[in-house]
Amino acid sequence: MSALLEIDDLVVRLPVGGALRPVLRGIDLRLDAGEALGLVGESGSGKSMTARAIDRLLPRGAETSGSIRFDGDEVTTLRGADLRRFRREVSMVFQDPRSHINPVRRIGDFMTEAVIAHGTMSRREATALAIELLGAVRITNPTERLHRFPHELSGGMLQRVMIASALMGSPRLLLADEPTTALDVTTQAEVMAILDELRRERGLAMIFITHDLELAAAVCDRTAVMYAGQIVEINTSRHIEHDPLHPYTSALLRSRPRIDVTMTRLEAIPGQPLSSFEAPDGACAFAGRCPHAADACVTAAPPLVDVDGGATRCSRVDELRGTLHGVDT
Amino acid sequence: MSMFRWALTRLARLVAALLISSFVIFSAASLAPGSPLAALSNGRTLPPEQQEQLRVRFHLDDPFLLRYVKWLWNAVQGDFGVSIASRDDVSRLISGRIWITGQLVLYASILILVIGIGLGLLAGLRRGAADSSVLVATALFAAVPAFVAATLLTILFVTELGWFPALGEGKGFVGRIEHLTLPAISLAMASIAIVARVTRAAVREEFGREHVQTAESRGIPRRQLVRRHVVRNAAVPITTVSGLTVASLFALSAIVERAFSINGLGSYLVRAAGTKDIAVVQGISMVIVVAFVVVNLLVDVCYLVLDPRIRTAGDRR
Repeated sequence: MSALLEIDDLVVRLPVGGALRPVLRGIDLRLDAGEALGLVGESGSGKSMTARAIDRLLPRGAETSGSIRFDGDEVTTLRGADLRRFRREVSMVFQDPRSHINPVRRIGDFMTEAVIAHGTMSRREATALAIELLGAVRITNPTERLHRFPHELSGGMLQRVMIASALMGSPRLLLADEPTTALDVTTQAEVMAILDELRRERGLAMIFITHDLELAAAVCDRTAVMYAGQIVEINTSRHIEHDPLHPYTSALLRSRPRIDVTMTRLEAIPGQPLSSFEAPDGACAFAGRCPHAADACVTAAPPLVDVDGGATRCSRVDELRGTLHGVDT
Repeated sequence: MSMFRWALTRLARLVAALLISSFVIFSAASLAPGSPLAALSNGRTLPPEQQEQLRVRFHLDDPFLLRYVKWLWNAVQGDFGVSIASRDDVSRLISGRIWITGQLVLYASILILVIGIGLGLLAGLRRGAADSSVLVATALFAAVPAFVAATLLTILFVTELGWFPALGEGKGFVGRIEHLTLPAISLAMASIAIVARVTRAAVREEFGREHVQTAESRGIPRRQLVRRHVVRNAAVPITTVSGLTVASLFALSAIVERAFSINGLGSYLVRAAGTKDIAVVQGISMVIVVAFVVVNLLVDVCYLVLDPRIRTAGDRR
């Protein structure tokens, strides 16, 4: 099967203080139809920017190079009606539904607007589908909710509306940008379960962006870990979780609080995360915080090399392989 | 129920605003230097008996608060007393002039709303030359005081080009429009600039909102995006500033009416203040305040239509 989404050497530069600074420094990704890929990293690692680049929602003045192909067609050069047609195939679920849904329009308008504008459905068909999808995301009284305004719904409910509306146009790819981060913990689990279930039922491909490695691993077939605008490790979620190949992945896994072991303090990763434009040119971006850093790490930037069915960006991968800790089984 | 309560609170606020301003107006006019007796006697010194007569007739010796309450009680019934200068009913004098001022303000308001919002949208939605031209033009408009605008417009369009009549109010619909065009432009210019600037800023701000990005990510065509998500949401701040500037036109009209010799409320107010015709000053000031308050009430009603969040906020209160 050919890939639904192929990203090759994607570089995005944003104007910061008058100069163009890189926020993505050569992303390579491949996503099959129906596959779920987790994109994990700290704030500023470029995970949201990757999703924005795919959906062509980059800030004004952004400069993109490299290639993004959806179903074989290049999307970085799409304009006008072609771009709108592409965006129907890709739906985005944003982090904060409260600010991402127009506060002065009714829920029904929000859900049906796009499909009506595209001319794929009549208002009546769209309303019927909206009611059906609200039921699917387990919202009670869906017919009545259509007449409500966003501020009359809770955050969790609003995020479910967002998910339902993302499915309105029958997309093939879902970009979920931290869909549960803004919700409280009990709601998070419920919303995540609904999202996962609907995605599987419909055979949707998904890029799931989160800073929670274990959540990504639980929901996604494969997981990619990003650091300073690059992918530092990508593999099956199982492999990432139990047998990390990159010291950063290992550090992320170990900095999670655990229920079964009493620790005097949490293991935090020393130092500050690096913005991608602060990343050194001829060195590993993580070297400054890496407990395994050696001379080789600061003299050359490691390439992403294929190992164990995945890939990692570490100069010492051969020495460290099998010694890094993941989640114990 | 909530709408009823909303209306009730608004009404209570309106009455309170009117009460407070009526008191301020009454006391300011009473405390102003110079005696109303001097105005009554045209500056001549009257014999004491005559002074006494006038004092009694115009209640000048009553305590301040009593005079205020009497005045307010009569004013509520539409009686603002008698003009000291012309010995005519103030209400009659006002109603004879309110129409022309109302027309002038209406004309200027239409110019402000159409041109101000139009320019603001243009500048907000288009970057580059259109935006910079609007910025320069509005800076110029805002910097020119109404009386200077009036003078410049008169020189250009009356003296040089002869397109418009110079003074007066004109007869009939066309004559009225002809006569009021230059005054309305002078009156509107600064407000056009303010409304345009605020509209531009509101549109820019809404464009940066996250929900606009959501709509964009759904592939909504740009025109629909602008209409339903950007302009629709910018309508609230635009309404606010439009309401404020339009409401203040009643007071600003004085300058323009003077400049174009229009016998409206504003110019009459200035004249009455000059001759210490206190009843007239108080009466016209009250009319201006009422107009201001009513326009603000209309703005509130607009909010109710434009922003659903306000509707529910009323529920909770």
